[in-house]
Amino acid sequence: MNIKLLEEKARDIRIGAINAVHAARSGHPGGSLSSADLLAYLYFYRMRGIDPSNPENPGRDRFVLSKGHCAPGLYACLAERGFFPREELLTLRHLGSRLQGHPDMKGVPGVDMSTGSLGQGVSAACGMACAAKAKGEKYRVYTLLGDGECEEGQVWEAAMFAAHYKLDNLIAFIDFNGYQIDGSVTEVMNPTPIDEKFAAFGWYTAVADGHDFSSIDAAVEKALTVKGCPTAIVLRTVKGRGVSFMENNYKWHGKAPNDAEYEQAIKDLEGGDR
Amino acid sequence: MAKQATREAYGRTLEKLGAERDFFVLDADLSCSTNTKFFADKYPERFFNCGIAESNMISVAAGMAASGTPVFASSFAMFATGRAFEQVRNSVGYPHLNVKIAASHSGVTVGEDGATHQCCEDIALMRTVPGMTVLSPADSAETEWAVRAALDIDGPVYIRLGRYACEQVSDTASGNEVGKGRVLCDGSDIAIFATGLLVPEALEARAVLADMGVSAAVIDIHTIKPIDTSLICHYARRCSCGIITAEEHSVIGGLGSAVCEAVCGELPCRVIRVGINDCFGTSAPAGELLKYYGLNAEGILAAVSILRQR
Repeated sequence: MNIKLLEEKARDIRIGAINAVHAARSGHPGGSLSSADLLAYLYFYRMRGIDPSNPENPGRDRFVLSKGHCAPGLYACLAERGFFPREELLTLRHLGSRLQGHPDMKGVPGVDMSTGSLGQGVSAACGMACAAKAKGEKYRVYTLLGDGECEEGQVWEAAMFAAHYKLDNLIAFIDFNGYQIDGSVTEVMNPTPIDEKFAAFGWYTAVADGHDFSSIDAAVEKALTVKGCPTAIVLRTVKGRGVSFMENNYKWHGKAPNDAEYEQAIKDLEGGDR
Repeated sequence: MAKQATREAYGRTLEKLGAERDFFVLDADLSCSTNTKFFADKYPERFFNCGIAESNMISVAAGMAASGTPVFASSFAMFATGRAFEQVRNSVGYPHLNVKIAASHSGVTVGEDGATHQCCEDIALMRTVPGMTVLSPADSAETEWAVRAALDIDGPVYIRLGRYACEQVSDTASGNEVGKGRVLCDGSDIAIFATGLLVPEALEARAVLADMGVSAAVIDIHTIKPIDTSLICHYARRCSCGIITAEEHSVIGGLGSAVCEAVCGELPCRVIRVGINDCFGTSAPAGELLKYYGLNAEGILAAVSILRQR
């Protein structure tokens, strides 16, 4: 694992996401920034069979962005990975653009599942993992949930299903940045302890630092050895990570920076190595 | 022909098709009622019981279909289309995935279980999802046709099934085509468009009308979406008295609405809708409920007399 490369990719994903949200004048920067390191790790190191020239490669590992509102991060990652030109990020949320406000698998190469309505992506990821097992396919399925998303009842229906069918080819990450639209997750509707809940549903669980590639990788490496149950990895993250005035501020969950804020955000991201 | 519920024909067809085609089947703890159990017994490696969690089931189906294999997902109509409506819309409909939602226990013929389980809104709900094909077979032969046709469609399909053992219209549906109404009898005074178990009732009503010297056409609308606009407008022009629609569903949003929508852009025509008149169902044996709500030949004849009273 080339940590320096992943750091660069994560920085570029963050910059791409901010460019896109600024151009759209709307969108979700906070969670896109908190999950950028995971996306860099998955798409530039972990996932197998990712091929921009053959996005539908049947044997590829899948990724489902269950927290679909962090589409700017996913789009920036896919652009960096070569699925479409970086300049296209500036069309986000514009009329006629394939970069919809939430991911559309029919429109965007590299998007494995249409998501946006919280709780549904993790179920779809279960369906992919279950189908893979039933057909003897070797691909793995990764999904990313928000911590606020874990307030959706469907997440726990999916948690039951994945454990019941022993989906050990499924890894769910939870972007535990601590905030949702209305405020801190513990104040709005406390979903914690998330890892213990998944454990109670029969999952193998781990907690990692979502901004430390070695920490993420150690948790994933361990998960890949676990047989007979799915894995949930709770990633401790900082909402708005990398942009000074967005960090740990729920007001940046779903708001675009104005021009001055945008300049500052890019300065923070280009100047920082975090 | 012996009476048979469309849910049973569904289960038997899945069991047969399992040998011919590659697909998964999901259910939500109702496999003995929807009759997916026949498939489950024979092909356990392709059947997944999702437990009492319909929302998850529909999104799981979407994920399976996104992986390249078609899926039949079954439950009661109330839960598959009602509880899981948003999953049908967003996980299945928006990405236009190959998921066939085959729901039994539609309409009031659920019977004794009562209003909470009698879904008279499923056609209305499914019709609003862009790209969704809505099939409503009348008998066993048409159910087998619908299940096979659904598998041949590349995209989401809703198949409406019932619990009640119903009269058989025909032993074959070989001439059926998705999106084309099936003209069972031609006529020139009145056109009766019926779906599901109201089709044999429409035929019975026609016989009574014939004795009265009234010529009624009976058309089985097995495909409610896409609706056969040209056939409906043909009969709207031909039949001077007007049109009757008949369905075991709310008059709001179902076949009656679809027929009105089809005709109103083309020509002025009177349409009387026989169905559930904007109310919840109630507990009783299914046969009694059909009489109580006028979902029978008598109900259709009453609608005809309204049409002829002008």
